[in-house]
Amino acid sequence: MNIEIEDLAKEFGTTRALHPVSLFIPSGALVALLGPSGSGKTTLLRVLGGLEFPTSGRVLFGGQDATDLSVQERRAGFVFQSYALFKHMTVFENIAYGLRARPRKERPTEVEIGRRVDRLLDLIQLPDIGPRYPNQLSGGQRQRVALARALAIEPRMLLLDEPFGALDAKVRKELRQGLREIHDRTGLTTVFVTHDQEEAMELADLVVVMSMGRIEQVGKPADIRAKPASDFVREFTAA
Amino acid sequence: MSDNTLSRPVPVTTEPPVARAALIGLAILFVALFLFAPLVTVFAEALAEGWRGVRAALSLPDARAAIGMTLTIAAIAVPLNAVFGIAAAWAIAKFDFTGKAFLITLIDLPFSVSPVVAGLMLVLLFGANSTLGGWFIANDMPIVFAYPGILLATLFVTFPFVARELIPVMIEQGPAEEEAALTLGASGWRTFFTVTLPNIRWALLYGVLLCNARAMGEFGAVAVVSGKIRGETATMPTMVEMFYNEYLSVAAFSLAAVLAMLALLTLLLKSLLEWRHADLLAATRRH
Repeated sequence: MNIEIEDLAKEFGTTRALHPVSLFIPSGALVALLGPSGSGKTTLLRVLGGLEFPTSGRVLFGGQDATDLSVQERRAGFVFQSYALFKHMTVFENIAYGLRARPRKERPTEVEIGRRVDRLLDLIQLPDIGPRYPNQLSGGQRQRVALARALAIEPRMLLLDEPFGALDAKVRKELRQGLREIHDRTGLTTVFVTHDQEEAMELADLVVVMSMGRIEQVGKPADIRAKPASDFVREFTAA
Repeated sequence: MSDNTLSRPVPVTTEPPVARAALIGLAILFVALFLFAPLVTVFAEALAEGWRGVRAALSLPDARAAIGMTLTIAAIAVPLNAVFGIAAAWAIAKFDFTGKAFLITLIDLPFSVSPVVAGLMLVLLFGANSTLGGWFIANDMPIVFAYPGILLATLFVTFPFVARELIPVMIEQGPAEEEAALTLGASGWRTFFTVTLPNIRWALLYGVLLCNARAMGEFGAVAVVSGKIRGETATMPTMVEMFYNEYLSVAAFSLAAVLAMLALLTLLLKSLLEWRHADLLAATRRH
């Protein structure tokens, strides 16, 4: 499903987090929102997920206006920066949460929930961790559980906020590959936020460089490297 | 030989045993003298005339009424303040709004105001000489020197306990888990009951227990508002004082012992819950 952003702006009180920005994300793309802290990338992601509402502008999912859809109605799989796993629930219950939260008519049976959770645990290559609690997992495992939990709701898109931020370099490389594989397997339109240009360039099909609440450049990694649109982009992607 | 000295474990705590023993002894002495001895005295004085004396004292209509009054007040005030406390803590921890600092100060107000002053405030506001109080009396719902006044005084004095326990816990947890639940399709209520409440349940339990202890034990504010009418508006603490002033020492201490027992019971309940859920507590603790 493609995502269209039309003249989207967001103000917090008197501070402008996002100047009117427009962006088209083609269906099935893996997109990086790249920029330093305070560039508005996380705000943009949260607006897409329905966790913030824009001051002005529109968001369209698959051509349909989604600006006023509630966070629940958006069905966007969201992976939070520190994963926000439910500490008091097992991994199994964490992943099953979205299925159990469905209205009774649409809720799968216990057997079906079990089957789906098992399938997701296989997908993230951690088949045996269902009975464990989040604090018994490593950082990398937590990230993958958060991904599985977001995928469990059969989301229309996947949104990730600094998904590799809290991990060491080696694990980060592995998980990058993991995200790429999951993206290719599910075909979901995926948007992730990062401040790491190497990560964005290596992983994404399309990179959106942001600064001070504005989009500086949108393009394929190679194009951005070859033809940076501004001094900021050149400096930021050179590092 | 050098191997031997190297492999000998070096103690991290370097205090000599004598100093340690002295410090521990001092702590035990302090606890025994200032916590344990008074408690024992209460029970000993109550039993000065044996169990028969206690039974006789507790079957006095005034004592019965006081126990009933205190239990009823606590049974209403504690759940109400648990709900108010959760609501206030939720608002402060999860949302940004103007006047937040003022609200926090307001929650602390009952801690900084003397309970007697709080009681007087209610008397001035709802007493027979005030417009508001006059209206209530005219409509046959007296507040001061009656049941509602005692409830209001207890609510006021015990308001901060639950909120104060919850605010730091909820601020530390931040809104991320709630947001995650919402993105997974959970409604606001479902998020509250399946994510927020389980995360705050221990803090909530402590808050409720403290609130309950204070609700049952409050003296100053209740003494002013209730007028201490025997058998009608006297609560356990005020009744203990009245018995004591009338030199009915067995009755006073018997009632005091019941009050102390109620407090010990809540402590026991807390320990029991902690012990039963020790596994879960350890598994879900952050660090």
